[in-house]
Amino acid sequence: MPSLADTLAGIILAALTAYVLLGGADFGGGVWDLLASGPRKARQRDLIAHAISPVWEANHVWLILAIVLLFTCFPLAFSSIAIALHVPLTLMLIGIVLRGSAFVFQSHGGGGGRVFATSSVITPLLLGTSVGAVASGAVDQSASGKWVGFYAGYIAPWLTTFDLAVGLFTLACFAFLAAVYLTLETKDAELQEDFRLRAITAGAAVAAMAVLGLVMFPEAPRVNQGIVALVAAAALAALWSLWRRRYNWARIAAAAQVSLIVWGWGLAQYPYLVPPNLKITDAASPRVTLELALIAVVAGAVVLFPSLYYLLRVFKAKS
Amino acid sequence: MNDLLAARSQMAVSLAFHIIFAVIGIAMPVLMVLAERRWQRTRDPVYLDLAKRWARGTAILFAVGAVSGTVLSFELGLLWPRFMELAGPIIGMPFSLEGFAFFMEAIFLGIYLYGWDKVSPRAHLLAGVLVALSGAASGIFVVIANAWMNSPTGFTFVNGTFTDIDPIGAMGTPAALPQALHMTLAAYAATGLGVAGIHAFLLLKNPTSAFHRAALTIGLLVGAPAAVLQPLSGDIAARYLARQQPVKLAAMEALYQTRAGAPITIGPGIEIPYALSLLAFHDPHAVVRGLDVVPRDEWPNVALVHLSFDVMVALGTYMALVGLWAGWLALRRRQFATHRRFLWALAIAAPCGFLAVEAGWMVTELGRQPWVIFGILKTADAVTPMPGLVVPFTAITLLYCALGVIVAKLLARQIVRSPHT
Repeated sequence: MPSLADTLAGIILAALTAYVLLGGADFGGGVWDLLASGPRKARQRDLIAHAISPVWEANHVWLILAIVLLFTCFPLAFSSIAIALHVPLTLMLIGIVLRGSAFVFQSHGGGGGRVFATSSVITPLLLGTSVGAVASGAVDQSASGKWVGFYAGYIAPWLTTFDLAVGLFTLACFAFLAAVYLTLETKDAELQEDFRLRAITAGAAVAAMAVLGLVMFPEAPRVNQGIVALVAAAALAALWSLWRRRYNWARIAAAAQVSLIVWGWGLAQYPYLVPPNLKITDAASPRVTLELALIAVVAGAVVLFPSLYYLLRVFKAKS
Repeated sequence: MNDLLAARSQMAVSLAFHIIFAVIGIAMPVLMVLAERRWQRTRDPVYLDLAKRWARGTAILFAVGAVSGTVLSFELGLLWPRFMELAGPIIGMPFSLEGFAFFMEAIFLGIYLYGWDKVSPRAHLLAGVLVALSGAASGIFVVIANAWMNSPTGFTFVNGTFTDIDPIGAMGTPAALPQALHMTLAAYAATGLGVAGIHAFLLLKNPTSAFHRAALTIGLLVGAPAAVLQPLSGDIAARYLARQQPVKLAAMEALYQTRAGAPITIGPGIEIPYALSLLAFHDPHAVVRGLDVVPRDEWPNVALVHLSFDVMVALGTYMALVGLWAGWLALRRRQFATHRRFLWALAIAAPCGFLAVEAGWMVTELGRQPWVIFGILKTADAVTPMPGLVVPFTAITLLYCALGVIVAKLLARQIVRSPHT
């Protein structure tokens, strides 16, 4: 039976996973908007806009939920991350603002397609880099608050090859998810074929980066071997389904693959919430707060999941 | 500009920007639902056009509000990490509830905007009602978190940390009810009269437009009652302040010395005798505490708080009078659309609510300084150790200025403009 603090840390990771699977794919859509090409360029962009419009705001709320639960249940983790990663997180926020507003301006005849596409690339890079910085122990709580100079204290910790590689990997995963989902968003066989090819390319890139990462960063946090095997299996299943044009299966396998990667990261740094010093139990709020947060999550889920199901059924059913 | 001032300025700009979108996000769905309901009843296409345009406007404003709200949730930690370390376990509760309310708002707004021909008319209207309800709920939850900063309750404070915390008790802070009431009414008054005022202005040029007439009526329906009720909720807030946050009230009224039978000072040198005692305690001879109850270094910026307060009250009073005028005309069954003096008064009221909201937040936030958690944690002790905060402040300010201009242009072109007839 996991402890209360572990449960809530798990819920936060689950919210992040939902953000990656849903919100991440919306960013990935922006990547394919930027890379739209060939004779069906305009139709590709239309399909992306059409797929994202009704859901991107709801998908975005997963990030807010994760942040709010983080500062409610693990305020020390929130503050040390916010201090050490001030620069990449602020840049990510600017990316989030630009992506969201440019997208809505574009849908309502205001232009801004370029800004939408560009910020869709930059934001996942910064999100991934920040995650990489947390995972690699750059957010050293014992160092926070000590004056070590601006560059050494606030830039150098996240400007490492590993952290940037995680950023790139995140971007590739988002683009992969988006391309896989987009095959199911249209009945137009040509467009489906466009995104099938993009999905296969992005899936291969994700796999190559994962293998390269395991070789290049032997000092990185150890991901459980069993999970690595499962990720590989899901990746193969996704690529196989794409090859055979079984798009429903491809969607399930791709989502499983990326979820397993997120959980592999979470388990690799367990029991640390912010390695190398801050454990989940040490960062946790008093018990009463955790209990109430859990009650709020359960009560929220009772109204949230039926509504979410309804939203997705209305807009994503006939595929 | 030192780092503390830069951090405070960045927070102020982020809040000042976001609050406009939050306020419209709370009230606009009510207007859009009222228009749709009228369309379903009358089948007059003007109302369908209105509901669709307002829904598009809500979509633009909600999107910008969603992302600027995300910025704020991060900024709480990026700028004030020490505050969040202390306060997170206590005020995380209303923020978590707000998260869920916001989620519902986003889900049903998606259904409302893109589901016109995908769900039944009844389900569609219900989706709009849920957007309006969850919008109001999320606003109230955020205001409760702010209320706790003004009147922190639900803990014991020993040696710089909270013990025996009670997050539910914290939500019951005495500031919660007056602030939530005042803010929710402000949202309806500002948006309702804002919409009515814009269309009043357009009716002055184009008095026969059925579109502008319909928009004006629905705007008034929401805005006028809220504007008329707002002074009453202001009275509740003032009486709460007199008891719980006397220094803020003293700064608002520029009352330097504690005294019985305190007057109200308007601008430089005009005094209304006994008025403050009467207002704060409903007794002309009551003792009102002045700024002298705390040492000089715990005073807020009196000039700025006092000015903001007077601006808010003046704007609110004007809006309440316009609301009463509208009620009087409605009672006498007079046409709004041909009453040019009323249309001018209403057009002038259009920006007033938003300016009053900004001024009101200046009052409550500046009036709490130098504290971030009143009596517990000073703002200066909560700020991040990161140097060079003037850079993110400048970046966010420029970004929001640009966004503001684009949103305004887009709304003018897409939503407000007369339909082609």
